[in-house]
Amino acid sequence: MTITEKILSRAAGKQRLSPGDVVFAKVDKVMMHDVSGPGVIKVFSEWEKKGIKLDHIWNPDRVWVTEDHFVPAADRVSAENIITLSNFTKKYGINKHFKYGLGQYGICHTLSHEEAMVLPGEVYVGGDSHTNTTGAIGAFAAGLGHTDVAYVLMNGQIWFRVPETMLFKIEGNKPAHIMAKDIILQIIGDIGTDGANYRAMQFAGSVVKRLTMEERLTLTNMTTEAGAKNGIVEPDETTHAYLRERTDAKYSPVNGDPDAHYSEVFTYEIERLEPTVAMPFSPGNISAARDLQGTELDKAYIGSCTGAKLEDLREAAKILKGKKVRIRTEVLPAAQSIYMKAMREGLISIFMEAGAVVGPPTCGACCGAHMGVLGKGEVCISTTNRNFPGRMGHIESKTFLASPMVVAASAVTGKITDPRDVKN
Amino acid sequence: MNKALKGMVHKYDRDNIDTDVIIPGPYLKIHDHKELAMHAMEGIDPKFPEKVSQGDFLVTGKNFGCGSSREHAPIALSQTGIKAVLSPSFARIFYRNAVDGGYLLPIEIDESTVKKISDKDELEINIAQDRITNITKNEQYPMKPFPELIAKIIEAGGLINYKPA
Repeated sequence: MTITEKILSRAAGKQRLSPGDVVFAKVDKVMMHDVSGPGVIKVFSEWEKKGIKLDHIWNPDRVWVTEDHFVPAADRVSAENIITLSNFTKKYGINKHFKYGLGQYGICHTLSHEEAMVLPGEVYVGGDSHTNTTGAIGAFAAGLGHTDVAYVLMNGQIWFRVPETMLFKIEGNKPAHIMAKDIILQIIGDIGTDGANYRAMQFAGSVVKRLTMEERLTLTNMTTEAGAKNGIVEPDETTHAYLRERTDAKYSPVNGDPDAHYSEVFTYEIERLEPTVAMPFSPGNISAARDLQGTELDKAYIGSCTGAKLEDLREAAKILKGKKVRIRTEVLPAAQSIYMKAMREGLISIFMEAGAVVGPPTCGACCGAHMGVLGKGEVCISTTNRNFPGRMGHIESKTFLASPMVVAASAVTGKITDPRDVKN
Repeated sequence: MNKALKGMVHKYDRDNIDTDVIIPGPYLKIHDHKELAMHAMEGIDPKFPEKVSQGDFLVTGKNFGCGSSREHAPIALSQTGIKAVLSPSFARIFYRNAVDGGYLLPIEIDESTVKKISDKDELEINIAQDRITNITKNEQYPMKPFPELIAKIIEAGGLINYKPA
């Protein structure tokens, strides 16, 4: 069995599962945020109207909550959602509630690993489509909607169809100007935005073996953009070392069997991979950055779960150091802890001296909600993960998706730019 | 859920209709179902909610509902009156949300069937027999049967009413 099949088998109490089997599996951890949380609370209130008793939940210690989408509160409705969420976590005794302005908080898919909320071998579900991200830690991680999260809060389990696993072997020597973002954009471009529907995307090969945990998280984050149920990387010494720095919790990791069956195997040799950009209006609409050279931009955005981790900020800062940005540039570290690390390393000074505005962790602009939305006709290059029509603001705005290196290089010139073409 | 559904088609013949156009990001903070319905499909057709009558169907290209996990998407559509979405394929979270929340039916049909159905056609869908009748054109089409568990959850009217064996 593959790692995904083995984790689900264990959680379903079955000796063996095959792709296509539908099972109820026990959940180890569940997450909700200030958008899905109030949605879940609404489902609870509907159920209570039906006479279902909800005076306690399955296990408050396995639930964690963060405030990330509309924070700092974008308006009165957002502020009230935060109050609703806080009342709920208090009522049900959920202690792991990361609140903005009260120490550590940030984007859920960043806290999940930064705070070691999820461990290898676990089944983790969250009320957000990019929950897939956390599969990089060797967990089964999948996004769910409000009803399903509410069901898990009550019952500690949920149904899954066991997915076929597509294996992506990334081989060769990774050039210095290539990041995990380029690799995953290339893959989505190749298989399409429904290329992994209902399936698991597993990443392996010599390049993945050498990738840092944060870079692996970029790969799994964007499996959602190919329609995947989950993205996953088998745990190894990189995983364990990363977790040792963050937790002393014990866990029982799972690895796939040597004779595991993969529905498809793709091999990428990445020596000649180009810095890659996804053009409007699909993450699968890719081009080499150099082929778009000269495309005029209004804004550069370095933020989100997929593009504002510490290493993302470091790579952007290397390019921006001692230079000035030519277009509006916004940098929003993905979590308070990452913001502080970036500050101590001097990265925040580099961004601000270059002219960028540095903001607090939020999903705001990535989903066109607040704090940096695009106006009519504006063109943005962004380290985020989606560029659907209107995703980052006005329906007639445009977003190009790229690695932090490409976004930083483009901020310096004001046009889409390959990082190799920025002079030091 | 009533097994024979009858209604008019609203056809949007494009692939990858994503959750950001079904219900744009700024409305995610809204949890009032009726208010969400006012913005259903706003990114593709702002007049959509006015066009739909109770019991109507949406017919689209493949990979409907891709993108975010927002349950606002099936909620907004169902609140306008949409009872089923007919598409060659669905993004997985949209599919689960539609079924587990008991909002609407995600019905998988062949791409060739999508071509045969026109905007404003009158359809009758019989999920007990996996059959779609186009009353306007006097044609019949197959639909992909729901997997066993999905059929049971639909029958129960949502996951909360379903009792695992």
